[in-house]
Amino acid sequence: MEYFLQNVVNALQWGSFYAVVSIGYSMVYGVLMLFNFAHGDIFMVGTYIGFGIATLLLAMFSAILPPWVIFLLVVVITMCLASLVGVFVEYVGYRPLRGAPRASAAITGLMIGIIFETGNLIILGAQRFSFPALIESVSYNIGGVYFTNVKVLIIVASLILMAALHTFIQKTKWGMAMRAMSYDFLAVPLMGVSINVIAPLTFAIGAGLASVAGVLYGQAYPVLDPYMGIALGWKAFVAAILGGRGSIMGAALAGYLLGFIEIFVAMVFPSTFRDLIAYSIILVILTFRPRGFFGMAHSTRLRL
Amino acid sequence: MIKRFLQTFSVVPMAGWLLGAFVAVLIEIYFGNLISYYLYLPKIPVLLGTLVALRDPALIPNVLAYDLAVYFIPVLAVSLLSAPLTNALAARMQKMPLWAATLIHIVAFYAILHLWAGISDYRVLVVKLTMISIILTVSLNIINGYQGEFSCSHPGFMALGAYTSSVLTLVLFSNDKVFGEALLPAALGPWCFPVILIIGGAVAAIGSLAVAIPSFRTRGDYLAIISLAFMFIIKSAIENMEIIGGPRGLSSQPNYASLPMVFIWMALCIWIIHNFTTSIYGKALNAVRDNEAAANSMTVNTRRTKMIAFMFGAFWAGVAGGLFAHVLRYVNPGTFGIQKLAEVLAMVYFGGLNSIYGSIVGAVSISVLGEALRPLELWKWIIIPLILILVMIFRPHGLISFTEIDMKRVLRPRNTAEGER
Repeated sequence: MEYFLQNVVNALQWGSFYAVVSIGYSMVYGVLMLFNFAHGDIFMVGTYIGFGIATLLLAMFSAILPPWVIFLLVVVITMCLASLVGVFVEYVGYRPLRGAPRASAAITGLMIGIIFETGNLIILGAQRFSFPALIESVSYNIGGVYFTNVKVLIIVASLILMAALHTFIQKTKWGMAMRAMSYDFLAVPLMGVSINVIAPLTFAIGAGLASVAGVLYGQAYPVLDPYMGIALGWKAFVAAILGGRGSIMGAALAGYLLGFIEIFVAMVFPSTFRDLIAYSIILVILTFRPRGFFGMAHSTRLRL
Repeated sequence: MIKRFLQTFSVVPMAGWLLGAFVAVLIEIYFGNLISYYLYLPKIPVLLGTLVALRDPALIPNVLAYDLAVYFIPVLAVSLLSAPLTNALAARMQKMPLWAATLIHIVAFYAILHLWAGISDYRVLVVKLTMISIILTVSLNIINGYQGEFSCSHPGFMALGAYTSSVLTLVLFSNDKVFGEALLPAALGPWCFPVILIIGGAVAAIGSLAVAIPSFRTRGDYLAIISLAFMFIIKSAIENMEIIGGPRGLSSQPNYASLPMVFIWMALCIWIIHNFTTSIYGKALNAVRDNEAAANSMTVNTRRTKMIAFMFGAFWAGVAGGLFAHVLRYVNPGTFGIQKLAEVLAMVYFGGLNSIYGSIVGAVSISVLGEALRPLELWKWIIIPLILILVMIFRPHGLISFTEIDMKRVLRPRNTAEGER
């Protein structure tokens, strides 16, 4: 039982990363009906930006400010810088391709991702960096279940982020514009909402979320690597599809589901079977529910 | 001026270019070492000297001089001077059946390629891998171009073919540590190799049903995920099968994939797929792509069409995988991952959808570019993606899309009014 609960805690933490990153995919899909295949690498860039900011701030202010203030500063600054990366990706890779076949945008996204990875290797070299611990890790043991305050922080912070995003999308004018855009791509620009404002905004929010996920990831798994975005990015992409087109709730839930599947498969089987079983489950789910959990029946032929 | 320069050469038929290339290759074989010695080059530059030039920029003039002396001037001069002769030849071949004329040209082309590649082992390897990329790209174009799906499972099909044929050759024809003694005499091996490749392709085609059957109900992004999941499942399954090497992979396949073997398979693949796409099945594929409901109401059996497209594409991917395994004589599951997928997709979308010609151009240019820019190391992976992004922005359908090869036009003589058509 303790073993089970322990794995639940681990799965919640692991699923949080998937959930937060997959929301970025899902939002872009909702607005543009395109996937941002550079998103996994935006996550990687965000993590490196967070690493840079954290090292800088720790060197400058660690004597003056309490750790949680530094943590908040790192998160906010990283989010702002990473959203610029998102806007850049939209401007370079997606804006020139409005009206082009959808696969072309997929290719530009993939290629921008490769450029990010290689650029990172060229600029920073092959050495591995280690993300500095912003919060001192304290471990607790409640009824045999072992967890640290970092784990709790990751889970709570992801939930707060998702709640904030939900409020933003449901309550604000910008959020309303985004929802409208995902409802009807053709009519809404005629109502005075420009796609060239909403699309960068969506990319920026997605990139900001991914970078916060990156900072949290760095707290849990400190070793950084230019290719870290690939595996996590593709799985988050799968989660976004599994959740249903453009459904943010669905993406988050599917992210957690994927986290649970992976952790519990590793609990029962040897861990090399993790991908095999996780993807087989996804294949079965999509064969029987081809539109994902919360997907609307909607023609994808609209913009082809 | 460039236009006038090109105008001068518009009288040269395909046969003339082949003759020019043949002379250039002969010059390289007999005088290549001498010329490169006088130009202070370490040896005959492979791949037009880009490798030498990028490693040591001081040698760029020497490399250019070599290329001019060995390739450009002989090719241009011979093809222009022999134009009356080759035009007469082309006119005579025009009277033959088209298949015979095409076959003569292909054999001549292969002979030149064989001589050119024979100069160094590196060239042979590059040529073989390029031809395998052509098979892969053309076969992926059936699914992604002609049928209009976004399938990501090609590396998975390739892995199925590669592993099936590797296991068969290792079990049947070689004394292997894992699979024991050879069951059949090794002399039979090269003759049975095509059969083994076909079996590998068939296994891939059967595997493709896992993607084709869900495609009856869904398409677009959801099918992309299903095919992606399929690719990961294949990769992960192979990693977990200890008997075929697990993550370490399989090695020491017999050396059956010689240059003529790979070339014949490539030519067969292009020919059969060309016939397939211009046949009624190809038209049905296009109809399903453009409007599935309308195609269905026009008596196209959409399920059967989709299944045929997937199985046919997967078959050729499996054959390409088998050849790949026997060219490198080593496979591991890591080869057939996201990286391979990005490579093949890039070739298809760079070259152009719905066009075999475009696919060949895409496969050749991306794989040769990848080899030629090798000395740049990491920068290669900045330059190639940038080129692809620019192509996507300015030609969203790819360089050459929606065009077909017309052998009759390619081989026609260029001097007569009738040939000018």
